[in-house]
Amino acid sequence: MQRFTALYQALDETTATSGKVAAMEAYFREAPAADAAWAVYFLTGRRLRRLVPTAELRAWTLEATGMPAWLLEETYASVGDLAETLALLLDQPFAPPEQDATPLHVWVEERIQPLRGMATEARRDAVLGWWAALPTPQRFVLNKLLTGAFRVGVSRRLVVRALARVSGLETATLAHRLMGQWQPTPAAFEALLDPEEQGEDRSRPYPFFLASPLEADPTALGDRSDWIAEWKWDGIRGQLLRRGGECFIWSRGEDMMAGRFPEIEAAAADLPDGLVLDGEILAWEDDTPLPFNVLQQRIGRLRPSAKIQREAPVIFLAYDLLEAGGADRRQEPLEARRELLRDVIGDGAGALRRAQALDAGDWVALASLRQTAREEGTEGIMLKRRGSPYRVGRTRGDWWKWKLAPRTVDAVMLYAQPGHGRRSSLFTDYTFGVWDGDTLVPVAKAYSGLDDAEIQRLDRWIRSHTIERFGPVRSVAPQQVFELAFEGLAPSRRHKSGVAMRFPRISRWREDLAPGEADTLDDVKAMLP
Amino acid sequence: MVADLIRPTERGLYCPPGDFYIDPWRPVERAVITHAHGDHARWGHRIYYASHASRPLLERRLSRDALILGCDFDKPFRLGDAWISFHPAGHILGSSQVRVEYRGCVWVASGDYKRDVDPTCEPFQVVPCDTFITEATFALPIYRWEPVARVAGEIHQWWRACARAGQTAVLFCYALGKAQRILAELLAYTRDTAYLHGAMVPLVDAYRDAGVAMLPTASVSAMPRNHDFAGALVLAPPSAAGSSWMRRFRPESTGFASGWMRIRGNRRRRGYDRGFVVSDHADWPALLQTVRDTGARRVLATHGRTDVLVRYLNEVEGVDAQPLVTDYGGEADD
Repeated sequence: MQRFTALYQALDETTATSGKVAAMEAYFREAPAADAAWAVYFLTGRRLRRLVPTAELRAWTLEATGMPAWLLEETYASVGDLAETLALLLDQPFAPPEQDATPLHVWVEERIQPLRGMATEARRDAVLGWWAALPTPQRFVLNKLLTGAFRVGVSRRLVVRALARVSGLETATLAHRLMGQWQPTPAAFEALLDPEEQGEDRSRPYPFFLASPLEADPTALGDRSDWIAEWKWDGIRGQLLRRGGECFIWSRGEDMMAGRFPEIEAAAADLPDGLVLDGEILAWEDDTPLPFNVLQQRIGRLRPSAKIQREAPVIFLAYDLLEAGGADRRQEPLEARRELLRDVIGDGAGALRRAQALDAGDWVALASLRQTAREEGTEGIMLKRRGSPYRVGRTRGDWWKWKLAPRTVDAVMLYAQPGHGRRSSLFTDYTFGVWDGDTLVPVAKAYSGLDDAEIQRLDRWIRSHTIERFGPVRSVAPQQVFELAFEGLAPSRRHKSGVAMRFPRISRWREDLAPGEADTLDDVKAMLP
Repeated sequence: MVADLIRPTERGLYCPPGDFYIDPWRPVERAVITHAHGDHARWGHRIYYASHASRPLLERRLSRDALILGCDFDKPFRLGDAWISFHPAGHILGSSQVRVEYRGCVWVASGDYKRDVDPTCEPFQVVPCDTFITEATFALPIYRWEPVARVAGEIHQWWRACARAGQTAVLFCYALGKAQRILAELLAYTRDTAYLHGAMVPLVDAYRDAGVAMLPTASVSAMPRNHDFAGALVLAPPSAAGSSWMRRFRPESTGFASGWMRIRGNRRRRGYDRGFVVSDHADWPALLQTVRDTGARRVLATHGRTDVLVRYLNEVEGVDAQPLVTDYGGEADD
């Protein structure tokens, strides 16, 4: 735990990516494989399933410190990170302890993971004992592991770069080997760095190739005929794998979607083995996509009932082929992969379909087609360069997303609360309202869109214009108007306003507008599809 | 029971029997000043009463013709119908608590204070009173300070590590109080020269004139344009972060010395590489201990987390506490 905590601190104490990569490289070279495996596991954003309810951690902290519960909550609201709050509060009751030399894998496998099956009393004794025995930095890292919120400002890309330096392998190879259900064992860590790949995991997806937003005019991309255009679908990006007689569905967030979309799995059962498709999971009826909020009803459901499958039918709309006949096809040109895709699934039908290229023969025609994207139930247009391979991650140049400009509404700030992590102790999470008669009804929460200087200024304004406090949330004088951009709008029974906004964010601080000039609820409802 | 000896008004905290204000924020006839930080010592009053040690700092801050009367610590004098006296607050050089007595009733306004050892100013003195006006800048139980001598050791290690890596160590800290304290604490580790941002030079000079021992210093602006700062420690006010002035120090590592650095999010949000927890304010245990030490039956809490301190004093410590609205720096201070 000591070495891993030191790594955590080293990563936390530099803002330079080169420094972060060097710190990880040094760790991976020195640490025993059993520890390094767990470090890879945590640094790539994987987490232990919740082992201890946070209510228990809070209760034990109150017990150890003797402080009232409200004081802990006020403190948490100010710190913005529960693991850190508890670690800092607990450095009072205990004497400064010795450094802890127990290796990370022993901590995780022999101490932390067994907590799950323990009786509350035994769990309490164990955790209180560890808290007393660890210095504050290590207690903090332990709490991070216990709360399952281990984030240290390192992207997976940086972890891959460090591993590439240690192993001498290509970053693309390592990125692929780290996909899917990576097991934190010493053998897996050694296999990760092995020059020869061995023992492939059947369920392992490929790293996704991500499109970059097109900000310039598409004519800057050269000739229209060098590009294949498709709709940009508004669903969940996914990979459909058919290997060893089994079917695996992965989301871009690398969640295994097993059992969630039985109609897609059923349709995939007829596919040949050794096949990986890239595409979009969409709610779909007849030949038309349904709004994203229909798909949302399916996302959280592990075993959807027949009723919900009827109400919110889903399909996998394939647009690329990454593996066929068990062979990696990612280096083949785009047209060849599309050709193969057509050979395998034809035009598709039912729950497995194939995305069509858009005809529009020149940029002007394509631009006018793009203007109809919303009516087509899409977000805009994807442009993919002919002849390009399937790359890894957000590599710019070959895939562009040319989205429709978002829609906007002018709304008044009603509530503010502190952010988390980097933005804790600064008011960064806001609730906005529009006029319904002479009252303001909340319509959206937004977190981003202002620059640091604006956030600082707004933070000061909020502190001096607070009307009431509700725990961490403050109501503020309804004076500040903001232009909010959003992607979509759907009717909602859960929201007081009757509408739900998709991806709302602040596009401008409208200091030129008085609150009375903000939009009305009727203005917003007029934008419903 | 007499009426409140000190009460909030539009111009500041006012003492009716003495007809004076404490750290007023609008121009007044008679201003009693606890210390020289900008939010407590403002322009435009007719007469300033302050400790002797505060005088040179106030003279730098206020206009030349301001009338500043230096007062001894612990020597009561009459102002109007009240008796007042200054007592060390341990916050920065010259910082004072103000004790006010009228008809047997004693109030103490602490200004900003701390209880920790600080080689640059006189230590806090406990002044028994009936009503104690306390600050609450760091009134949350996560705020607990380690001995600054140890933190200075961390700063020195960081400076050495930067030197080995060929970097300039740029440490941001407030120009009055914090900078001098760090320069004094670093004497335990080195005699190397530290470089100063221009805003700090006159204040460091003032501390030297007052007899405070610190590292040797040089002004950054006095160095040739192409001077290589690699391996050097540079002290600068936080406002210099991100300015073009910073370019000459590349490659640099940045640190910030403040009580707020106790929380990771505060450091990461500002993009500093390192945070060093050094505060010139009382931490949570010191706030509570000070209230107990004064024996005050009533406590008024000014800037910072007054809400938390007031509730805690009422509910847990059984002290009658209320918030007192002021215009002091509050949440951003330190």
